[in-house]
Amino acid sequence: MKITLDHVTKRFPNRNKKIHEDVIAVNDFTFEILDGKLIGLLGPSGCGKSTTLNLISGLEMPSAGRIFFGDTDVTNLPAENRGVGLVFQNYALYPHLTVMDNITFPLGNLRGAEKLTKEQMRAKATEVAKLVQIGELMERRPSELSGGQQQRVAIARALVKMPSVLLLDEPLSNLDARLRLQTREELARIQRETGITTIFVTHDQEEAMSISDLIVVMKDGVIHQIGKPQEVYDSPCNLFVAKFLGTPPINVFEGCVRNGQVFIGEEAVLDVKLTGDAGAADSGDGSLPVWIGIRPEGFVPANDGRLTCALSKIEVMGRDTSVVSTHPSFVGTTIRSIIPSEDVTGIGGEIVRFRLKPSKVCLFDKTTEKTIGFEAR
Amino acid sequence: MKQSKYKGWLYLLPAILFLGIFMVYPLIDVVVYSFEEGYNFVSQTSNGTGLYNYRYVLRDPYFVQALKNTFVLVIITVPVSTGLALLISLALSSVKPLRNLFQTVYFLPYVTNTLAVGLVFMVLFKKTEYTDGMVNLLIRFFGGSSVDFIDGPHWAKMLVMCIYTVWIVLPFKILILTSALASVKEDYYRAARVDGTRPSRIFYRITLPMISPMIFYLIITGFIGAFKAYSDEVALFGTDLNSAGMNTMVGYIYDMLYGNSGGYPSFASAAALILFAVVFTITCINLMVSRNNVHY
Repeated sequence: MKITLDHVTKRFPNRNKKIHEDVIAVNDFTFEILDGKLIGLLGPSGCGKSTTLNLISGLEMPSAGRIFFGDTDVTNLPAENRGVGLVFQNYALYPHLTVMDNITFPLGNLRGAEKLTKEQMRAKATEVAKLVQIGELMERRPSELSGGQQQRVAIARALVKMPSVLLLDEPLSNLDARLRLQTREELARIQRETGITTIFVTHDQEEAMSISDLIVVMKDGVIHQIGKPQEVYDSPCNLFVAKFLGTPPINVFEGCVRNGQVFIGEEAVLDVKLTGDAGAADSGDGSLPVWIGIRPEGFVPANDGRLTCALSKIEVMGRDTSVVSTHPSFVGTTIRSIIPSEDVTGIGGEIVRFRLKPSKVCLFDKTTEKTIGFEAR
Repeated sequence: MKQSKYKGWLYLLPAILFLGIFMVYPLIDVVVYSFEEGYNFVSQTSNGTGLYNYRYVLRDPYFVQALKNTFVLVIITVPVSTGLALLISLALSSVKPLRNLFQTVYFLPYVTNTLAVGLVFMVLFKKTEYTDGMVNLLIRFFGGSSVDFIDGPHWAKMLVMCIYTVWIVLPFKILILTSALASVKEDYYRAARVDGTRPSRIFYRITLPMISPMIFYLIITGFIGAFKAYSDEVALFGTDLNSAGMNTMVGYIYDMLYGNSGGYPSFASAAALILFAVVFTITCINLMVSRNNVHY
């Protein structure tokens, strides 16, 4: 089912009673989620991700704006009537019930014409259990399950009533690294097989990028960018999004654009032609101060490279090598560049020179931190 | 290494001595007393052993009366007070404004002296030359005829006794249950709400099982506490409980030892062991029932 958020805002009264200003957890959200997609809500903690999820589930009511499921306005519909499946961060499995009873619990709420017999419930539960591969655990209690198994039970419980929307709140945060990798693929598979519109919340950009059809990057209750993972990674709309996505993170330098050249310190590292408003501004003689973001994979070691950095160390990681260096204009402590292992030969000594891949370079306005469009020359 | 075998016992010695003298020895002594017939305190002699003491106690109308009273008290007050405490705790945990005030009010009886409470109940229920008591005034206001609750018919006295007991044990139960309710994670309720669960089903399928260990604890301690009731009866009906017909088992034991008819440690011991057997049996039944209904 298509989900539409139309200028949705959520304010909470401030906990600190001395401050009368409300806390705005979600600020004027407008976006549309197409039917059958897997959406990742991504942002640092406290940015309003979970609140957004709660608003969609109906556990919280928006202070302003409207929410639509398909064409139906569900803004004032309480959670129990929205028919969403919600998986909690800590799973919230009922500890006194067996896995079977946990999964059939939502079915027991159906009344009237929809009321199911015990056999029907069990059949449905078994079916969903097969989907999430916990068929053999049905008679156990949640405390007798591992974290990954509990998570599957939680998903099964959310899926058993065939919700139109599945919401997952930090579904992988309680799992260990290996299990997380496995479960996130599992999640994507379950979503594909059921075709249920799914929204999941995470603070882990890798998680969001790897399985989402669409990611929504947010910070402090404001949506910064919505797009396909690769699009958002390649062309972030501002410095925050650029910094938030990618491991190792993007390397940010202080510099300026002068006469169609990008300067880091005194070195002109890239020839560019600015587009948009900034393009007009650059046509004069003045220099435009910018932040220069370079993805780790955007560095190519070359003897005629125009960016000169002081080499600190080389970390071998097998598939590729991470070259750690420093530069006076760098924001932060060390520049981390990822280079295919076969290209590393010849790096050594005091300094390292890089050529830059223009597609891996982003320019941001120094004051607004918004992306400045450019074409490489 | 041989030395360390005794070392442990040496460390335990003070505790063992203390417990032995003040707990184990008296317990054994009670059992011994209960079988010694015609035991004399002064001369420390008896004329033999046997079951006479038990026969006497079980045939004593005062003991039978005390047994009946105790059972009525237990059967009425334990379920009523636990149920009432659960209702009040549920109400307390669902209100936001004035919650602390309510909590304080409900906790007051716990910090009030038993005898002071007895006095208040006298004002409420006792008939004197000057007034019939508050409750009788109310009864008459609604067109009933007044009843003497303190010196009147047995059912009236029992009623006052039950109200008093429920009132006095309520605060502790409310305290335990409100904290038990507060410890149920909000996420369970939220999960249930998203699934469209009715409030009654949430209560029976989620809340009740989650707080069942605490309820069970309250029922067990409630039973034991009610079986041991004595001071509350004294507060309401004075020390001569036998003639008021309001004696309890502990009261009977006390009277046998120190009361007007005192000086019969053998009868007291026999009664004490009967009480022990009763409490033990009931607790065992409780444990067996709870095995299937309590979720830890």
